[in-house]
Parts: sequence; C-alpha cells; structure tokens
Amino acid sequence: MTARIELRTSPHVVKGTSVEHIMFNVVLALLPIAAFSVWQYGLSALALIVTTTLTCLASERLFNRLSGQQSTLSDWSATITGLLLALTLPPAFPLWMGAIAGFMAIALGKALFGGIGFNVMNPALVGRAFVQAAFPVAITTWVPAFAPRRFTEFVPTTFTAPLMTPPDISAWALNAKPAALDGFTGATPLARWKFDNVLATPHDFLSGAVTASAGETSAILILVCGAYLAIRKFMDWRIPVAILGSAALTALLFQLIDPARYPDPLFVLLSGGMILGAMFMASDMATSPVTPKGVWIYGALIGVVTVMIRYFGGLTEGVMYAILLGNALAPLIDQVTQPKVFGEVKRARVKEKQT
Amino acid sequence: MIPGQKQLSNLEELLEGIWKQNPVFVMVLGMCPVLAVSVSAVNALSMGLATLFVLLGSTLLVSLLRNVVPREVRIATYILIIATFVTVVDYLIQAISLAVYDALGAFIQLIVVNCVILGRAEAHASKNPPGRALLNALGMGVGFAIGLFAIGAVREILGAGKLFGFALFGPDFQPWVIMVLPPGGFFVLGAWLLLFNWLNSRKAAPVKPVEGHAHV
Repeated sequence: MTARIELRTSPHVVKGTSVEHIMFNVVLALLPIAAFSVWQYGLSALALIVTTTLTCLASERLFNRLSGQQSTLSDWSATITGLLLALTLPPAFPLWMGAIAGFMAIALGKALFGGIGFNVMNPALVGRAFVQAAFPVAITTWVPAFAPRRFTEFVPTTFTAPLMTPPDISAWALNAKPAALDGFTGATPLARWKFDNVLATPHDFLSGAVTASAGETSAILILVCGAYLAIRKFMDWRIPVAILGSAALTALLFQLIDPARYPDPLFVLLSGGMILGAMFMASDMATSPVTPKGVWIYGALIGVVTVMIRYFGGLTEGVMYAILLGNALAPLIDQVTQPKVFGEVKRARVKEKQT
Repeated sequence: MIPGQKQLSNLEELLEGIWKQNPVFVMVLGMCPVLAVSVSAVNALSMGLATLFVLLGSTLLVSLLRNVVPREVRIATYILIIATFVTVVDYLIQAISLAVYDALGAFIQLIVVNCVILGRAEAHASKNPPGRALLNALGMGVGFAIGLFAIGAVREILGAGKLFGFALFGPDFQPWVIMVLPPGGFFVLGAWLLLFNWLNSRKAAPVKPVEGHAHV
C-alpha cells in the first residue's frame, strides 16, 4: 500500500465535533428527562422507554442490513429516536403499540429516506403520528402521576397482549391515584381547558401533578437540559426561542381579543409537549433549516400553527403536527432565505417574448 | 403483433398480466380504485371482478372491430365500448348486492376511465386477434383482482381484525384505525411494491454484490 495524499477543497480547518459526539450529548441531555419520567410514572414508563429504544435500535440494524450499509447503531441517533418517542407517549401506552411506533419511526421516518441525515421529518414524531392515527384511544389514555404504588406494579395496560385492545383503566386509575387528589378525570390540562374550560395553574405544571405524556411535565428540567445543548452549540438556540416566543405572542394576541375564552400565554407554553417539542424535536439538525433567517421563520411557523391547532382544531394538542409541517417546509424555507452573496445585485428579470 | 418483439406462447401471454406486468404491483396502473375501495377484502374482490368483466368484454369487442374502426376516432370508440360494459356491470352489482354497490360507490362508473382497460385496448387488443387479446386481458384482469385483493386483505386484517367478515383474532382485537383511512391504503400499497421490487431485484441479480468499501 502506498501512502495516500489527501486532496480536498476547503474548509481545511476541521472542528472536533462529529455526529457521534453531538448525538451522544443529546442522549445525555435526554437522560435526566427520562429519569424524571420514570420517577414520576414508575415501572410502566421505564418499560415503555426501554421498549421503544430497543425497537428503534433493532429496526435500525435491520434496515442497515437490508440496504447493505454499515451499522449506524453507534452514532446514537436511533437511541435518541427511541428515547424521544417514549417521552411523547402516554406512560400507560401498551408495549406492543410502543414497539410498532418504534419500528414505524425508523422505517417510515428514517430508513425510507436513506438513513441518518436524509430524513425529511423527525423520525420519533413520524412514529408517534402513526400510532396516533392507528390507536387514537390508547394514545389518549392517561394515568395519574406519582401514584403511590408506581414502583411495585405496572399499569394494567402496559402488558396488553399484542394486537389486543388494552383494558379500561379508569377504575384502576381512581384506585391508584395519590391520596392527596380528590378525583382523577384522566384528561390532560389541554383537554380540560378545551372541553370543560378548566385551567390548570402554573403550580400544577411545575409540581408535575398533571396528566401528560411520559416526558412532558418537567418544564424546568427540559429547559435546563435544552440549555445545555444550546450552550454547547449542539442545537440552534434560535429554534426553541422562535417557537416559544411566537406561541406566546399568538396566545397573548388571542387573550387580548377575548380574555374569557383564551388562556394566558404561560398556560400555552407549559401545557402539552410544547417545551419538549421546541427543545428536542424541532431542533433536530437534519430536519430544520440551516439559514439563520430561515430558522426564525421555521420556529415562528411551528409556534403559530401549534396554537392554531390547539384553539381551532379538533385535536387538543398540536405540537406534533406543527413540527411535522415545519419539517416538511424546511427545505423550502432554506431555498427562499439563501443569504445574498457579497456583491450580488438583483438580476433584472428578462421577460420572455410570447410567440 | 409488433414487429421485432418475440412471440409469446399462450401461457406466457396469460401469465404476463398476473406476474410480469401485474397492473397493480408492476405497472402501478388504475391506482384510483385500488386505493379507494381496498378497505375490505370483499370490496376489493368485487371491484377486481367487475374490472375483469369489463376488461374481457371490451377487449373482445375492440379486437373484433380492430380493422373497422378508423384510427382518428379509436379512443372515442374504446370509451364507448367500455362504457357499455360498465353500464352492464353497474346494474349487475346493484342487482346482486346493494351493500357492495353502495360501498364501491362512484368507482364502478369510474371503471370507464380505468387506465388498465384503456391501456389494454390501445396497446394490445387493437393489434391482436380476439383469442390472444382475451388471453392477455384475462391475465391482466386476474392480476388486477389479485393486486386489489392483496391490499384489501391486509387492510381488513389490520384495520378490523377480520377477513371476509370473519373475525380472526377474537373480540378483543385492537383495530388499526389508520388502515381503513386513506393513508393505510398508501402504506399497504407501498409495502407490497417494496416486496415485489425486492423479489424482482433478487431475481435480476442472483449473485450477492460484494460489499463496497469506502475510498476516502
């Protein structure tokens, strides 16, 4: 073998960051959120997180093998997809449905497009969107947080036999709820606002005493973990700022128009998957625009669409579809926000003569 | 017979539409009814049979009239012939089962513009004697029905836990709602296309390609 001389064009200054490095840090940032979720919802949340992560890894390996690629398990991206997916699902979600979500996330969201870096949409959200459309009841079945026996028993729905309908757990949930709660309605704060016009207080959110998906409730923790990524420049800080800012502004506008009907901006920010989505989903590097101006447009669009879906749509939560829509528009946004080359002048448009 | 093309044997002519040129899985023609009515196996099969009937009838007539019809008005003539058989099948289904008729809806009338039938009339029946044309049409029609049934069966099994209305998994089955919605049709069609392309590519390259190593 003769020594090969490496010839390449600029850039010649290479930074030490690699895909593995960035992805590993995202996993690190997600672990505290996952741990909080397990502390909050117990064994069922742990089983769900393990299931989706393992399914994602297994699917990734399968598709690597089928397409004759080298294994991409070591770049941590499938691990992130699995973790994120579990955090957006209800803690009582049956494990077999979680496995289908994990497989669909990798198959439809990633492998079809050619693997990491080529995906148009966030794989975890694609997986969630699939199971939301396939199993609309199971994905809106919630359990009380901080149930006293959460570390000794599973939620009955967790081990539903594959392909079977999960059992009704409303009676179980009433029995299992913390003694401090008077009752358990099984509705998320967004659903209670939309259908019963009952607003949860910021204190409810910060203490985690609301029903939600496994990793949505710990607003402060998510903000801290997201800030870690932003400070280490593994994530564009403009994305969460633009999403949360535009959502808050839209909510404020509606509240000024009709304070009796629309909730305050803080409720909009703290409820549902808004913060988790803004920090960890929308900021996925492969599926967000790259130009600074484009990033602002992208974030603002997601924030506004989320609030619109929540206020006027049939669904109670709109973060997922807003982000998927933003992902789909990202290439287009990049195209129209290309920065001007230095010295460039606008070319006069030559009108073609009609023949 | 197109000059320069190898004369197919009768069996090959029949099998052409069922496997090698399958209208659903290989040519991807007539997707409108395929996606719309493949919610259940019964609907899919009825649609397949209706199309098969129209295809056979119109192919026979087009082939018999192939030397009579002027070139300039041939498409209009085909449409007229096809529409005649569609009207027959429309009333026929209505008489046999009103439930199926309601489920298939406008897609029965839309067989008139089904590109499988029009394509067969233009590309095959108008150039071949009735015997061969019928053989080819039979293969194509059966292939179309098989394709529809393959999609409909998967959608019914996952979407309702049933096949031809019989429950397969007992009363506790969790239906996959998405499978009876339009996206389910696309997912299942895509999965079948994937399978067929994979089988074909395996047949085309029986030797396993040497894994390329990157020269960086």
